[in-house]
Amino acid sequence: MTARAVEAWTLEPLTTFVQEAGVRLVLLMTPAGQVLAQSGFARAVDVMSAAALGAAIFASTTEMARQLGEAPFAGLSHQGEKHGIFLSSVSTDRGPVVVLAVYDLSATSLGLVQLFFDQLAADLRGASPKGSEQKQVLAADFERELTNSLNSLFGR
Amino acid sequence: MSANGYETALRGITSVRGVRGAMVVAGADGLVVAESLMEGIKGAAVAALAASLATRLGRAMEAGGVGSDVFWHLQAERGALLVVPARSGMLIVAVAEPGVNAGLVRLELLKAAEGVA
Repeated sequence: MTARAVEAWTLEPLTTFVQEAGVRLVLLMTPAGQVLAQSGFARAVDVMSAAALGAAIFASTTEMARQLGEAPFAGLSHQGEKHGIFLSSVSTDRGPVVVLAVYDLSATSLGLVQLFFDQLAADLRGASPKGSEQKQVLAADFERELTNSLNSLFGR
Repeated sequence: MSANGYETALRGITSVRGVRGAMVVAGADGLVVAESLMEGIKGAAVAALAASLATRLGRAMEAGGVGSDVFWHLQAERGALLVVPARSGMLIVAVAEPGVNAGLVRLELLKAAEGVA
């Protein structure tokens, strides 16, 4: 399974996470849904929709936590019959990175995904370039940034 | 079963000399349900990896036509992991020192598994 990254520093931690946790699909993105890296996705349209949905869920749960007077929730997990999703975030020197992982229940478990997520979080914090906050994507640049990102993610 | 019930089930295991901790783990998820561990044992890691191993062992045993697993004991250099799967799908896990009386631990694990079944 090929992992690809827009931000090169995310690639090694992502690859290790995929191998160790046995997850099927992973997206690393900003809270705004801008994709930093992906593993397992075959089509750009799937990455775009997963990123939009993941960012929306993250924003909703963060707001719920805020209304409850809580810090943002540490993680969110949903399980179906065959697959589960795990959504969480990591604070890095490049800003928060949201991680969306989809796993096959016959291949791995929530416990393993959570266990290796902790390792991924530490690896991302260690690998993130110091003193350089992620630049915001402006609306005017959005289309170009999106195209560039998708080209990087799918090797075009 | 209540949280107190799980703690009671674990108490018998941890009372065996040489046992450093015991846990009830959700076999399907690899998550800790209840634990009684000495400091330094990473409960979440043991739970996740033991559940993963139990799933794979179960598959191997079924493929080998020997039925489902009832007890396993992994001996390592500095300790041992002893596990009994309960009928409910929970795993009863003990982390022990190398020289532990495995027979006694097994007995307590089986008792605990009956309790959480």
